[in-house]
Amino acid sequence: MTTTASTPGAPALELREISKAFGAVVALSDASLALERGSIHALVGENGAGKSTIVKIIAGLYQRDTGDFRLDGQSVDFTSTAQSKAAGIAVIYQEPTLFPDLSVTENIFMGRQPTLSLGRIDRRLMREQALGLFARLGVRIDPDRPTQGLSIADQQIIEIAKAISLDATVLVMDEPTAALSGVEVDRLFQVARSLRDEGRALLFISHRFDEVFDLCDTVTVMRDGQYIDTSAIADTTVDEIVRRMVGRDVTTLFPKEEAVIGAEVLRVEGLTEAGVFHDVSFSVRSGEIVALAGLVGAGRSEIARAVFGVDPYSAGSVTVGGARVPKRSPAAAMRLGLALVPEDRRKQGLVLESSVSRNTTMAIRRSLTRFGLLFSPAENRAAREWASRLEVKASALDTEVGTLSGGNQQKVVLAKWLATNPRVLIVDEPTRGIDVGTKAEVHRLLSRLAGQGMAILMISSELPEVLGMADRVIVVHEGRITAEIDRADATAESVMFAATHQEVVA
Amino acid sequence: MSTVTAPPAPSRLGSALGSFVKARETGILLALVLIVVVTTAKNPNFLFSNDGFRDLLLTPSILLLVAVGQAIVIITRNVDLSVGSVLGLTAYLTGRLFIDIPGIPIIVVFFAGLVFGGLLGLINGALVAFAKVPALVITLGTLYAYRGINVLWTGSDRINASDMPKPFLGLGTQSILFIPVLTLIAVVVLIAAGWYMRTQRGGRELYAIGSDPDAANLYGLSVTRRVLVAFVVSGALAGLAGVLYAARYGTVNSQAGSGFELEAVGAAVIGGVAIFGGSGTVWGAAIGAYLLFTINRALPILGVQDFWQRAVVGVLIIGAIVLDRLLARRQSRKLVEARD
Repeated sequence: MTTTASTPGAPALELREISKAFGAVVALSDASLALERGSIHALVGENGAGKSTIVKIIAGLYQRDTGDFRLDGQSVDFTSTAQSKAAGIAVIYQEPTLFPDLSVTENIFMGRQPTLSLGRIDRRLMREQALGLFARLGVRIDPDRPTQGLSIADQQIIEIAKAISLDATVLVMDEPTAALSGVEVDRLFQVARSLRDEGRALLFISHRFDEVFDLCDTVTVMRDGQYIDTSAIADTTVDEIVRRMVGRDVTTLFPKEEAVIGAEVLRVEGLTEAGVFHDVSFSVRSGEIVALAGLVGAGRSEIARAVFGVDPYSAGSVTVGGARVPKRSPAAAMRLGLALVPEDRRKQGLVLESSVSRNTTMAIRRSLTRFGLLFSPAENRAAREWASRLEVKASALDTEVGTLSGGNQQKVVLAKWLATNPRVLIVDEPTRGIDVGTKAEVHRLLSRLAGQGMAILMISSELPEVLGMADRVIVVHEGRITAEIDRADATAESVMFAATHQEVVA
Repeated sequence: MSTVTAPPAPSRLGSALGSFVKARETGILLALVLIVVVTTAKNPNFLFSNDGFRDLLLTPSILLLVAVGQAIVIITRNVDLSVGSVLGLTAYLTGRLFIDIPGIPIIVVFFAGLVFGGLLGLINGALVAFAKVPALVITLGTLYAYRGINVLWTGSDRINASDMPKPFLGLGTQSILFIPVLTLIAVVVLIAAGWYMRTQRGGRELYAIGSDPDAANLYGLSVTRRVLVAFVVSGALAGLAGVLYAARYGTVNSQAGSGFELEAVGAAVIGGVAIFGGSGTVWGAAIGAYLLFTINRALPILGVQDFWQRAVVGVLIIGAIVLDRLLARRQSRKLVEARD
């Protein structure tokens, strides 16, 4: 409906050999995708496979570096979200993007309100149209209330209403079901099917294979920013898709050294926080590396933060060596021998403007003071020891941490926590954004620490890292532990399966 | 969590919310009326003397114009601290035009003030929109820069009433049907701004941008252009206020209008414009401007000592913000309850 000379038979939307890089990081290389009218197409892949980048290119938020982007057979070049919208593409993002202060009706029609003379907005007509959309979707949402305080499900419905009112021919849904309950998912699917039957093309991104098989007609698998394969849902199986998603060589990875596994050090029991994680129980023994695996957003980091006392929890207990760790007190957790190396080292792990030595001694300040004062020589002495042990490559201890490479920054964060002499080390994504060489160094370091009797809880989204390092893998799916797999039984397939399924696998 | 459908919300909720928001402005209006009534009871001259009624309407009119512009900018989650300096510059420009171009039509001077103020606003807007620096910092800079230019231009010179034509000065004091001309101008601008913000797409988009700038970008709204326009309007209104300032006071030196920016922000905030954007109305800001000035005039009559007067204004601003937070929290709790 947008182009005058659409090529008959051409897909509604087609991406051909699209590449996109951010600086040195390649997010997409030769990605391809074709959406047909009257069909629901699934896009699956591991975290970081490039799905979100594709969505953003379709939405006009990112511009492709190379490749061909066709709508109805016509090549297009979107430089803004407004352009892709005008061409009939509606994108529903993982996180709904609504204006909290404005009414539901205004949110649906913002920028396209029906008007009377003098450009006055026709509020009555707008309200009626909103009610009409909701009737068609079979939902009841008060069109006059502000969107602030609406459930995620209702917000998603509003996004869909928006897309329908746009009369979009291509509808992209980026993990729309991540925050929905069963009933809400059923309703969403009903809507999606009716949109398909109207001849629209839908792209559905999800980690839940049961949903993909229930809803979609075709599935495209991506891995590491590359197109792997497209097949009809009827011709494939979950196992096959999982194999294509993870299909890489996992044997080349640095394996963990054997360590004597001793007594239980960290014990988490029945940890629950409504809406975040439920009934989480596990333990870590001395000398053991336990990986907390799962998809991004499954609640792994939240569990780690609750264990360390940063985030609250409503039920359950955490003990270290038999001593109860109080809620909401990282200081107490540190005293009991817990250490947390956070996911976002730049924001949560380091003071970027401060020196290497300042950062390294940050967590042991108190013990370095004399008469309540902190002297640089004492700081430097402590810092030098750890910096050399971890081989931090900085020209001097007073180098600003912000100027170091990602790998060296991570070593500084590790040094900071190791200086506290912890019994339990929790590391969240220890090698994210680090080059391969330093990655191996970090792995070796973690392995050595375990060998010295430390209990390590490692959160990682990288399957090879999980499989290579962990003695035990605990898989989290939507805030619940769905599997606990021993090293011997852990395979890419078994972990991935547990990470994407509700049921507990043995 | 909840089911997909919101339970059939009480159909009155929407209109109840509407009047709830209205109640915000009604509340300030009531406070204003209360102050006038109490002060008049103490000293009938406050309202019923020849000048009393006129001053009540006249004095806040100039601030009203600036506060309306300020409210529009704040609604987009920005702020314009340069308005006092813009007012000062255009006030001086007004005097200079009358001196340097004898016989210049008054309407041309008004036009010049609007355009010049708008240009200064455009500079603010362009810096905010393209340099991606917070408006607070940019306009704090232009506050000093514009004032500096003013001092450089004016020197120790000053415009006197005798430099300007009588009909022009008359605008500052005359009334039509007991309503001062200045107030009429301000009210016309207020009605136009209020109408635009409520009924036009552009106005609603300003609210949307202030409510969530990232979402506005994803929506494909032209955020940059809208924010730019908001700053131009704020500058133009401050420019118009500058012309009226010259007409009202007759003398303009290099310090005209200094401190006005804070009163404008204060008026908007007292009037219920959320400092983080997205909600509030220009009507509220206008009532806020009246409340601010009327309190200043009422307190001495009520026997409140000089140095307490500023403190009272401070309490008013903090009170308005605290009230805002409380109402917002109560509302969001209500909305969550309405959902479940």
